[in-house]
Amino acid sequence: MTAVDGSSPVEIAPPVKPSPRALPRLARVGSMVLPPFAVFVAVIGVWYLVTYAFLAPRRRFLLPPPHQVVTDGFLDRTIRDEILSALGGTAKVALVGLGVAAALGVAFAILMNWARWVERSFYPWAVVLQTIPILAIVPLIGFWLGYGFWSRTVVCILIAIFPITTNTLFGLQSVDSSHHDLFTLRHARRWRRLVRLELPSALPAVFAGLRISAGLSVIGAIVGDFFFRQGDPGIGRLIDDYTHSLDSGPLFATVIIASLFGLVVFWFFGLLATLITGPWHETGQRPPP
Amino acid sequence: MRPAPTGTALSFHRIGKTFPDGTQALHDVSLTVGDGEFVAVVGPSGSGKSTLLRIASGLTEPSAGSVAVGSELPGYVFQDPTLLPWRTVEANVGLLAELDGVPKEERRRLVADAILLAGLTGFERHRPRALSGGMRMRVSLARALTVRPSLFLFDEPFGALDEITRERLGNELLRLYLREQFAGLFVTHSVVEAVRLARRVTVLSARPGRVLAEIEVPFDYPRGGGLQFDTAFGRVARSVSDALRESFT
Ligand SMILES: Nc1ncnc2c1ncn2[C@@H]1O[C@H](COP(=O)(O)OP(=O)(O)O)[C@@H](O)[C@H]1O
Ligand SMILES: [Mg+2]
Repeated sequence: MTAVDGSSPVEIAPPVKPSPRALPRLARVGSMVLPPFAVFVAVIGVWYLVTYAFLAPRRRFLLPPPHQVVTDGFLDRTIRDEILSALGGTAKVALVGLGVAAALGVAFAILMNWARWVERSFYPWAVVLQTIPILAIVPLIGFWLGYGFWSRTVVCILIAIFPITTNTLFGLQSVDSSHHDLFTLRHARRWRRLVRLELPSALPAVFAGLRISAGLSVIGAIVGDFFFRQGDPGIGRLIDDYTHSLDSGPLFATVIIASLFGLVVFWFFGLLATLITGPWHETGQRPPP
Repeated sequence: MRPAPTGTALSFHRIGKTFPDGTQALHDVSLTVGDGEFVAVVGPSGSGKSTLLRIASGLTEPSAGSVAVGSELPGYVFQDPTLLPWRTVEANVGLLAELDGVPKEERRRLVADAILLAGLTGFERHRPRALSGGMRMRVSLARALTVRPSLFLFDEPFGALDEITRERLGNELLRLYLREQFAGLFVTHSVVEAVRLARRVTVLSARPGRVLAEIEVPFDYPRGGGLQFDTAFGRVARSVSDALRESFT
């Protein structure tokens, strides 16, 4: 049960089913926690089944049993420290990358919203940037900027900036025309309009974009690390190393930790959106599962 | 838009409006609202009533004719309450004064007054989504009151409300009118509402809107609650209604 309790942000989401108020609180929490827990148990079961029933003992390293992942990966002190320090480096790249991507993306969306010519000239290129296979230009970025923190962060930004930009722009452009009229009647200038009307209106869309970008920034940080094999190892390089040395217990532990990190970042922004826009925005009430 | 002569709060002179897509909304409309006068405009939907108010406020340019207003910035109450959902009642009421750059202390006083006048006491911290339609409209009214306009434009403000709430808010509006002495142009598609509230009723034709009739309403303010059940009221309402019917033939 502890594994499921550990993922407590689930409890913050009100239940999606109708008539939730009618259920007692315990039953409500149970109805949210039990189904995913059942899936968790089933997956562990299938995992054991594949490991012991389908894999010959000498091929068992391909999928070590779950308890071995725990003992080799999480309980082995050296391995655990290695994973956590790699996670620290990757997290730093992901968070800085996300922060820069969010600041640039929102600023860019504001400019596009202010001046149609900015949107008309740059938006097509933003789409092109999105269609470039990012993996193809990652080595190029290393070639230009070196293999340190900043080139990894740049990879992260390139991967994460698109959703936050487009969502913010969409939010800014979806402001009610009658609300605009209200501001026009008082001769409100663009800055006041932005701060008092457009940005707050766009906030739910900004958060939706931020959440997608957050997931992508984690991927970006891992990809960058995977390619730029220098400096302190991050999650990407650790995964690569464990793969080459066939250390499947630590390998699986690293993958699980990286996934949990992505999940936590995703949940964090859902929670933030609920806290900030929840009191007035309907869909802000309910972060997606 | 030019300033209106003294004694006139708003005057339209031979206004015409054709939208870029070719829709002709108004044709040769002339109408004057004196200082402190309350005038209603009735017309079928699509007859250009909202367009007329937008022209009066400067939100839309007329394609023909001219408009003159006494106060630079009229108060405008839209058909929807147009509240900002993230702001509390208090903050919504204070929005216009905030946009006008009114200092904080004075703004607080204006907001408190308007909240009291509009009957919103006790709801200061509520958000719009926790309010009923009638209460939201009160917030919208209170917001317009804070800027102390000498001219108010009302675009079917009670059109979406149930009849009971509608009559009650109408009576309160009259009370505010008597107290503040603003000039009002009140657009509605309800004959009864127009006659109950206004000193004069202008009837617009179906699209493109033209003035079909201007009918004086001979009842003094303050007007009693059950006025609409008097025979004299019925006669006036009937002449408005007859003029409206003409618009469809
Ligand atoms: N921006 C616009 N562009 C084109 N047509 C418009 C526009 N605004 C209003 N109209 C049209 O002008 C007519 C009058 O509209 P409106 O003033 O809203 O009428 P009312 O308020 O009396 O119902 C309608 O046919 C409407 O569709
Ligand atoms: Mg209208």
